[in-house]
Amino acid sequence: MAKYKMHLLVCGGTACHASESERLLDTLKTIIADKGLDSEVQVIATGCFGFCEKGPIVKVMPDNTFYTQVTPDDAREIIEEHIIKGRKVNRLLYLNPESKEHVSDSKHMGFYKKQLRIALRNCGFIDPENIDEYISRDGYEALAKCLTEMTPQQVIELMKKSGLRGRGGGGFPTGLKWEITSKSVSDIKYVVCNADEGDPGAFMDRSILEGDPHSVIEAMAICGYCIGASNGLVYIRAEYPLAIDRLKIAIKQAREYGLLGNGILGTGFNFDIELRYGAGAFVCGEETALIHSMEGKRGEPTMKPPFPSVSGYFEKPTNVNNVETFANVPVIINKGAEWYSAIGSEKSKGTKVFALAGKINNVGLIEVPMGTTLREVIYEIGGGIRNGKKFKAVQTGGPSGGCLTEKHLDTPIDYDNLIASGSMMGSGGMIVMDEDDCMVSVAKFYLEFTVEESCGKCTPCRIGNKRLHEILDKLTKGNGTMEDIDRLKNLSKVIKDTALCGLGQTSPNPVLSTIDNFLDEYVEHVTEKKCRAGQCKALMQYTIIPDNCVGCTACARNCPVNAISGERKGIHTINQEVCIKCGACLEKCKFNAVVIK
Amino acid sequence: MTQVKSLADLRRIKENLQGKMSLRENSNNPESLVQIRVAMATCGIASGAKQVMEFFIEELDKRNIQAVVTQTGCMGYCFAEPTVEITLPGQAPVVYGYVDINKADSIIEKYIKNGELVDGIIPVNYETIQK
Amino acid sequence: METIKINIDNKIVEVEKGTTILQAAKKFGIHIPTLCHLHLHDLNIENKPAGCRICVVEVAGRKNLAPACVTECMDGMVVNTHNIRVLNARKTVLELILSDHPTDCLICSKNGNCELQSMAQEFGVREIHFEGEKSTYREDTSPAIIRDVDKCIMCRRCEMMCNEVQTVGVLSAVNRGFMSVVAPAFEMNLDHSVCTYCGQCVAVCPTGALTEVDHTNAVIRALADPDKTVIVQTAPAVRAALGEEFGLEPGTLVTGKMAAALRRLGFNYVFDTDFAADLTIMEEGTELLDRLNRHLNGDKSVALPILTSCCPGWVNFFEHQFPEMRDIPSTARSPQQMFGAIAKTYFAEKLNVKRENLVVVSVMPCLAKKFECQRDEFKTNGNPDVDYSISTRELAHLIKQLNISFNELPEEDFDHPLGESTGAAVIFGTTGGVIEAAVRTAYEVQTGKKLQKIDFEELRGMEFIREATIDFDGLPIRIGIAHGLGNARKLLEDIKAGKSEFHAIEIMACPGGCIGGGGQPLHHGDSSIIKARQKAIYAEDASKTIRKSHENPYIIQLYKEFLGKPCGELSHHLLHTHYFDKSKEISVVE
Repeated sequence: MAKYKMHLLVCGGTACHASESERLLDTLKTIIADKGLDSEVQVIATGCFGFCEKGPIVKVMPDNTFYTQVTPDDAREIIEEHIIKGRKVNRLLYLNPESKEHVSDSKHMGFYKKQLRIALRNCGFIDPENIDEYISRDGYEALAKCLTEMTPQQVIELMKKSGLRGRGGGGFPTGLKWEITSKSVSDIKYVVCNADEGDPGAFMDRSILEGDPHSVIEAMAICGYCIGASNGLVYIRAEYPLAIDRLKIAIKQAREYGLLGNGILGTGFNFDIELRYGAGAFVCGEETALIHSMEGKRGEPTMKPPFPSVSGYFEKPTNVNNVETFANVPVIINKGAEWYSAIGSEKSKGTKVFALAGKINNVGLIEVPMGTTLREVIYEIGGGIRNGKKFKAVQTGGPSGGCLTEKHLDTPIDYDNLIASGSMMGSGGMIVMDEDDCMVSVAKFYLEFTVEESCGKCTPCRIGNKRLHEILDKLTKGNGTMEDIDRLKNLSKVIKDTALCGLGQTSPNPVLSTIDNFLDEYVEHVTEKKCRAGQCKALMQYTIIPDNCVGCTACARNCPVNAISGERKGIHTINQEVCIKCGACLEKCKFNAVVIK
Repeated sequence: MTQVKSLADLRRIKENLQGKMSLRENSNNPESLVQIRVAMATCGIASGAKQVMEFFIEELDKRNIQAVVTQTGCMGYCFAEPTVEITLPGQAPVVYGYVDINKADSIIEKYIKNGELVDGIIPVNYETIQK
Repeated sequence: METIKINIDNKIVEVEKGTTILQAAKKFGIHIPTLCHLHLHDLNIENKPAGCRICVVEVAGRKNLAPACVTECMDGMVVNTHNIRVLNARKTVLELILSDHPTDCLICSKNGNCELQSMAQEFGVREIHFEGEKSTYREDTSPAIIRDVDKCIMCRRCEMMCNEVQTVGVLSAVNRGFMSVVAPAFEMNLDHSVCTYCGQCVAVCPTGALTEVDHTNAVIRALADPDKTVIVQTAPAVRAALGEEFGLEPGTLVTGKMAAALRRLGFNYVFDTDFAADLTIMEEGTELLDRLNRHLNGDKSVALPILTSCCPGWVNFFEHQFPEMRDIPSTARSPQQMFGAIAKTYFAEKLNVKRENLVVVSVMPCLAKKFECQRDEFKTNGNPDVDYSISTRELAHLIKQLNISFNELPEEDFDHPLGESTGAAVIFGTTGGVIEAAVRTAYEVQTGKKLQKIDFEELRGMEFIREATIDFDGLPIRIGIAHGLGNARKLLEDIKAGKSEFHAIEIMACPGGCIGGGGQPLHHGDSSIIKARQKAIYAEDASKTIRKSHENPYIIQLYKEFLGKPCGELSHHLLHTHYFDKSKEISVVE
């Protein structure tokens, strides 16, 4: 086999897919073939690089050159300039926003500098549809080690010592969970991988499955070995077609290699994996609801105990872990518990993947050691707030997390600190807000999500969240009272106190945390009927400054509801009764005469 | 398809794949390895740089030497093409001119393996900018 | 049994391991309010989705409140059932439910009998602090049951009854979040589903979301019509439960007062479905012996076991779900329909009244009877054999509406000839009763000997599936009994698999039989009420001088004067029926 001189790694994650990475891949391949370079240059579709803000990404190896926002039209230039002539295409390199210099090596980019990639170790590096590439990166070695050199109890001890905690949000110690399931006596047990990523904006599980499906398969087999299960199930959202495809290919390849199936690696251990599709209900991320959904029942939670570890899928002991948790397992076994537990903070070991989103420069997927501060994540990795605006809050933990403020920026991120600050880890969503975000509207936005996603089983979540949303809506329309704010607080506390599952118990977090940290904004909405961020349409007033108005009539002509009157060359006025606050006048005025109050 | 029947099987597969992946693996941490940059502009290619580069890639692999072979643009020594820059870990780069297959062979054997300089060194008259 | 100690409201108590906080509290006299929870101890039926969150209590060391209904006591647990945090949470949750509930209590059919209403009263709710959108849905009226699910509070009791106990599988939670509600699939109407109209959903609904179709006004109109002769029949289980509606102890027999009340309501003749029950035994018993003897003589075309067919919910069930087995149940009509058929022929002739002018009203513990009397096969020229079927609850409303002081009424007798019955007929009202009545007659007919002992204790009880072997003078007859359709299903599956060894099986759709029917006074989760009714039924049987159907003189007279012999030609025409394959009738789209 001819040895390739160069590898072109093209991101094949969903985000880059949406930005035409597939056509880019084809174009690169075609041109390379046309130039007769196909024996020298290999083009490989990989999983997500994480830097989705700047996707699609093309990485050239061995030159270690990181091209961003590459379009199919750029393919020819990369090949003719870089591949053939060895000259890097400067305009496609990442532009350091501070120094305004092009950076060619991802190691020197702020986005990657602080990151430590364990769960995402293979994403953007290997071809996820090729088991050989996974094996060459120590793939399945952990499984082999477990099966041939360790007892299940030894593996469980190792996992316990590593300090790995569930990455799905709960933070339950993974080793302990395995131990409990292993101790449940039953003829049949199940290993379930929760791939029902439901947090809006979070996509780490999808990226892992798309970029490194074998790591999850290997970990599930290891878990099966530990707990005494030979059946694995992946509960995956049907809306993740690419992840499903890659997982299916990976399972098939693992079976062909004898790494799944009967008598794995020449031992007596049998394990295989099937897929179960979820219809994308947020509540099905809760493990009992997930299990009911897999059983073909209504996706709604039941009270714990009994925990799935004791009675789960069809009443059999079932170990449920999420994708990111599993992705950590093989590395921990290969490198040891001491290595892993040396990373992270005191009570939260290892790394965590976050989906950075919102008003931040570098939107994307990042993995940092536990204990990294919010400031480091937002300013160093995230590149700070967009358009030079002022940071206002960061919402962690998905729709049921809380909003943290300036004063929390130097808090090291881990499970316990986030809860102590009134938020949570969740599955790792991180949404950054700036001064243009109204915190009452933010709370309302999240409640809208939980109202939509409530399963409807328990009263507090079914009706309580609806009422919370209605009160918030009233506030954003300027009809709120001070009693409403008290009512929000009391109702939020009761919902947290009485809801059946994690969804309901955490759904008031955005309300409580915004009231705690931004009470003045709430009060303003009530007493002054004012939204300082200018987001609550009902509270906005478009007015014309007489001194600036020249009577050009542009505003009046463009007003869709004829709310503006005035003679040509005379001063115009807006009839507030009629105005629908669409903003057309503001947009059309060339003299800065229209302002929002 | 061959089945993986033991840890040894798995390691064997992995070793067989090493060559294929080393390109990517090594280039993530080039500082710790031998870096070879072949000038591959028009002048270089015309003088046979391509064959030299392929020779390096194949021979280093055969002789089990972990190295990163990259191409670069014209280094400005067009009179001495093909030119090759060799950087041993922790050492300053050395540029050789008029590198043909024979020369390349002795560079590997003498300089890369044992650190002995070989004839044909071009004095470096520029500094690389570390980005 | 291992015991543990917990501290509940500052009292240290010892309970068995596995006891819930709710059970422990109850044991020590602490009343924790519940709404969705339902536990019919004697029937081993429990609904505890832990969804309403009314029963929350504070458990020391736990970050949120715990639902008492499902939280097990742990050793050393400290529980507070009524501190300010708990009370605030409970009242807030109740107010939330009320904020999404219609406020038409005054005209709701459950007014005064609604668990949500009582709870609002107990909690002293005088203001609902939340206002907002209410979830509204289409009303669904079927021949027997009305679904007004704006009033559904998602307690899921009906769903548990329909799925787990009855295995009918019509009702389940649909939609998500605020619009969640219990409904048939695709929110179709009940009459497009496989609903059997057993009414167990209605029997457990805490609010007015599920109620019966009310025929009391139609009955009042018929009674007021001078051209009509209106007669009434009352099912055996009604007399054992009607008193509850008038504050009498559960299990009080009110047969005489009921007859008196019906007479005062203006019925021209007050008859008894028990008469028709005796008739049923004559027909069904004869059919049983015929099939049994042909089978014993090696006739391969005769299938055993024979299954009873008195219960209309059960008939609906197998027509929908086991249509291929529809030749196994007896072809005998139910007592309600036998009564109607005899009334509109034999009795109408006697009175010289045209069938159109004779109105037959039945009082039933059952809602499926409302559907049964509307079946086409029980009509002659469009005129039904039974015109209106009202439930025990509807009869109570009628009595109250017509200013009758029920408790002060004298005891009166039924009219003749269709009011005379035996002890065998009255036990039709409980599980095991129909087959016991059949055995009493079949034994004597088959063996030609007098029974030494009339009470077959081995056929009685509350266990869901019972079996017994009765010695027919050397011939062992194996009897199976199931109540609750889920248990019926098990026996049917056995028959289907060829594993059934029974000669005869009695099936009643409702847990407990008719005494636990969907039309009975609401038990509100107290299953001891159903047991008390059963006791009353057997007491009435024991008090009768004639306790075997074939000894009923009016039955003997009926055959002599009119029918000829059991299973004869006229019987076949008037007293037997046939069944339909309704598996295809379930429409998927409306």
